[in-house]
Order: sequence, then C-alpha cells, then structure tokens
Amino acid sequence: MTAAAATRIGRSNFQRFIGGYGQEIVVLLSIVVLFVVVGAVNPRFLSDNNINSIFAGNAYIAVAAIGMSMIIMAGHIDVSVGALIGVIATIAGTLAVNGYPVWIAWGLPILFSMAVNASVGALVAYTRIPSIVVTLGMLSILKGGLISVTNGEWISNMPVEFMIAQMRPFGIPSAVYFMVVLTILAALFMRYTDFGRAIYAVGGNMEAARAAGINPERTVVGVFALHGLFAGIAGILFATQLQVIQSTVPPNLELTVITASVIGGVSILGGIGTVIGSTLAAILFACIGSALIFLNVSAYWLRAVLGLMILATVLADMARRRRAT
Amino acid sequence: MTAERFLRHETILAVLTVIALAVLAALSDKFFTVENLLNQGRLMSEVGLVALAMTFVIVTGGIDLSVGSIIGLTAILLGVFWKNVGLPLPAAMFAALACGTFAGWANGFIITRFSVPPLIATLATLALYRGLAEGISEARSVRGYPEWFFFFGQGEVLGVPFQLWLLGIATVIAIVILGLTPFGRAAYAIGANETAARFSGIRVHATKLWIYTAAGFLSGLAAVIFVSRVTTTRSDMGTGWELDIITGVVLGGTSIFGGRGTIIGTVLGLVLIQALKNGLSLSGVKGDGTIVVIGLVLIGAILAGALFDKNRGG
Repeated sequence: MTAAAATRIGRSNFQRFIGGYGQEIVVLLSIVVLFVVVGAVNPRFLSDNNINSIFAGNAYIAVAAIGMSMIIMAGHIDVSVGALIGVIATIAGTLAVNGYPVWIAWGLPILFSMAVNASVGALVAYTRIPSIVVTLGMLSILKGGLISVTNGEWISNMPVEFMIAQMRPFGIPSAVYFMVVLTILAALFMRYTDFGRAIYAVGGNMEAARAAGINPERTVVGVFALHGLFAGIAGILFATQLQVIQSTVPPNLELTVITASVIGGVSILGGIGTVIGSTLAAILFACIGSALIFLNVSAYWLRAVLGLMILATVLADMARRRRAT
Repeated sequence: MTAERFLRHETILAVLTVIALAVLAALSDKFFTVENLLNQGRLMSEVGLVALAMTFVIVTGGIDLSVGSIIGLTAILLGVFWKNVGLPLPAAMFAALACGTFAGWANGFIITRFSVPPLIATLATLALYRGLAEGISEARSVRGYPEWFFFFGQGEVLGVPFQLWLLGIATVIAIVILGLTPFGRAAYAIGANETAARFSGIRVHATKLWIYTAAGFLSGLAAVIFVSRVTTTRSDMGTGWELDIITGVVLGGTSIFGGRGTIIGTVLGLVLIQALKNGLSLSGVKGDGTIVVIGLVLIGAILAGALFDKNRGG
C-alpha cells in the first residue's frame, strides 16, 4: 500500500467520522469556545458554583431530550413532555410528603409516565393519528388536570432522603451523574441493540422497516414507553432540585426539549441523529443562558439570542445537507 | 374522497357542537343568552382570525408555531411605537401590523428559500419573536391608550362586537379563497403532493410565501384587537396560543399532513372549543378542568374520524 493511498484512507475515515458526528462536534466546539471566551471576560463564569448550576440545574432537560430524540428519530414528536414532567414532579412530591417510602415516591411516577406514553404510542401506532395531534390533546389533559388537582399550590417540606437531585456523591451533584450515565447508556442502546436500530429504521422508512422484519407498531409503542421512562426520570430530577415543587412547569419546556434534540443533530424528518448531540445541545443552552448573565447582557434578551442561535444552526444544517447531496 | 369526505367530518362536528350547546344550555340558564353568546364571540375572535390563516398553512402540509409570538411582538411594538417612539396611535398601529406581517413573511422566506421544515423554522422564530418582544419591552407594560382605541376590542356595531364582524368578513373571504379560487386549489395541491404540484406548474414557493405572510398579518391584527380589549400591552401576550389555534384547526378536520381541510370545519372547531370553555365554567367546572375536556374532545374527535375511515376500507 502506498503512502498516498494510506493518507487517502485515513482522510476518508476521518471524514466519515466528521460526517457522522458533524452536528455533535459543532455543538461541542461551541461549548468549549463559549467557556474560553466568557471565562476570559469574566473568570467567575468558571467558578465551581456556576459550573455546578449550569450542569446540575439543567440535567433534567438533557435527560428529557434523550427520550425526545428517540421519539423524533422514530419519526414522531411529543409536545406534551413539559406538562408530563410537571405532573410527575407533583405526584412524586405528594407521595413523598405523605410519608411513602422514597422508592415508591420515585418509582410510581416513573411507571405512570411510561404507562401514559405507552398509551400515546399505541394510539399513534395503531390508529395512525399523527403524534403531534395526540400529544397536543395530551398536553391539554395533563396541564389542565395538574392545575385543577393542585389548585396551583406549591409542595414543600419534602423529606431530605427524597431529594435525589441534591445529593452529591464525590462532591458532584447526582443530577449530573444521571445525565452522563443515561446519555451513555442510551447512545450504546441506540447503536448496538436490535431495538435501537429498529427505531432508526422505522423513522427512516416505516414500510421498508416492515419489509425488513421489524414490527413498526410495536417499535413505536416501545419508543414512546422509553421516552416515558426518560421523562419520568427528568420529572423526578426536576421535583427534587429545589426545596419546593411549583405545580406549574417552566413555560415552553417542551419546546426547549425539542429544540435541544434538533440542535443536537436529530433530523426532524426522522431516521438520523444521536442522543449525545441532544445532551450536548441542552448543555450549550444552559451555558448560553448563564454566559449572558456573566457578560452583563440583560436577561430579557436571552430568548432572542436563543432563537437566533436555533435559526443559525438550522440554516447551517440545511446548507451542509445540501452540499452533501 | 373529496367533498363528500369533508362534509362527513363537518357533519360529525356540527352534531357534536349542537349536542354540546344543548347540554350546556341545560346545565346553566346563563349560557344560552344573547349577551353571553356575543361575549363569547368576542373572546373567540382573536384566536379565530389566526386560525383562518393557520388552516391554509396546515392545508399546504406546513405548520406555524410562531403565531403566538408574533401576537406578543406586534402588541409590544404597538406600545413602543406609540409611547416610546412617539408616533400617533394610528401610525403606530399601522407600523406594528407591518412588522407582524413581515415576521410572517420571514417565516415563509426561511421555509421556502432554505427548504427548512416549517415545524423547525417556526420553532426557531417562536423563540426569536418572543425573545424580541421580551427584549424590547424589558417586561414593562404599556397602558394609557386613548378612549377611541378601545373600540376595536370593546366596541359594538349594530349590537354585535366589532371584532366579530371582522372575524365574519375574514371568514367569508377565507372560504372564498380556499374553496373557490386557483390559489386555494394550489394550497390543496401543495399539501397533497408538493412535487406533483410543482410539476403541474403551480408556483409552490410563492403560494406558501403568501400564506405565511397572511398568518403574520392576521396574528398582527389579532394582537391589535387583543391590546384594545384588555387595554394594556405585555410581552407575554399570546403565549401558548399556537397550540389552541392548531387544536381548533385540527378539530375542524384539517389533516395535519396537508391536502385536506375547510374553513367551515375550523370555525366549527373553534365554536365547539369556546362553547365548552364557557359552558363548563358556567356550570361550575373550574377553569383548568375545561382544558382537560378540550384535550379529550380533540383526541376523541380525531379517533372517531380515524376509526370511521378504517371501517370504510380507506
């Protein structure tokens, strides 16, 4: 083999790597650049406290984005996840203050979340009603149900052992462990299991997937149940990161979660993307939010900057895809 | 598959609406009064205006998530142009409306020029336009509008709220355009099969651009009426409305995949939602319980339609 051929093979491998993870690398680089630049302008940005709050405070968004990415890769969408996280947090908090053992207070809401999403998945898969319609209805049901049951009252005085997101094994908030471990597990799952590959196949082309021996309906129900698992864990992290549970969710949480998935490289058309990208994108959002504060930009402009960034990412992605084809 | 099909979904919906009205009238004697119904029409008008344009958007197979944010942005700009820039109020209204229309045009431009999926493009502009509204206003509200301005949101013409006239006229125009003109047929064709539409010589991009621009314009109009009705301008105006509007359109039988849907269906969907909201709250269901019912009705109506379709072997 000549040296030139070796170089060519080397480059093509490198290009394939870049091509496969292009979006993830862009997001990762953006995070690094952001840390370097903002850290240089205002060193307090790099303080332990701030970095902890960036990662721990937003871990639940990253965890929810993992499940959302799987849903989008399968060619569907869930606009009800924000309301679901609020419902889970309230159920968990209510169980905890009423003296149930913590494993019930954590586990029961997660099972509930999986059951709700599995039923959504069944409706979507077997009646062919578009997922955006079903989850739009689910959004109303969950949001309205939450407020009318709680009357907008906050839950407080939860037992210490319930507050899992505030535990700090080895000095690092446990929410960060959840984010990292779940991302890695989900990435391995998507890449190396039959079910993970079936998700890509169904999102790419449902009929082709069926011809290849995959049961698309069962896959859709399964992926919605999995999404319910991640949303459930996100809900528990959300419930336990502060001393009170407000019976509302951050407005537009579902859009933040969907945006993280899309910016992370999940194509809204289904079939491609990775969960690592969505977690990175969730971190990037959190960094930008924090950076604006440290750069003395008015917090009122945060959302405008975020919007511009989404737009720029999407346009860059479209341009890249056009070049590729 | 054509007119017959549309009629069937609308018939189901009309029957549902009549049943809902009858039950609600039986539950509360305050519901079926002229005063209450006109007042509900007033509350429905802002969402209704945007839903007309949203029907066109969804018929072409697109979606516009940014309409709620355009409402917020237009409302804020109206206040800023008038109070901070010092324009006379009519000029400020015109300028704010122009900005709302431009916001809609920008959506269409991004979607057609760069072939960005509408869901993603308007997700981005949802954040951008709301962000601009928040940034420009810095969470300060604008009050103290002159008395004549409240006519648009609170005034009456021949005993009927002004904005209900506006909604009625806009509805007729929308019915004519979508049902009877080449432009409307182009919208259906694009939604049914965009590639085929392009090869049939339909100007796909121009049609879509017009439709998203119209969505921006009607959102702006809704914003002006909204500000006039509640007499104050805030940056969070219209938050979450996109989902209410889409719910109304989908409940009205417009296929989220495009190619199918009618204005009449959308109006029926909106009436059903508003009647449920009002009637249930009058009969003692707490405000948020009604949202649950709307969600159930949405899923139920679509499910019934899907099952019905299947039984026909479709």
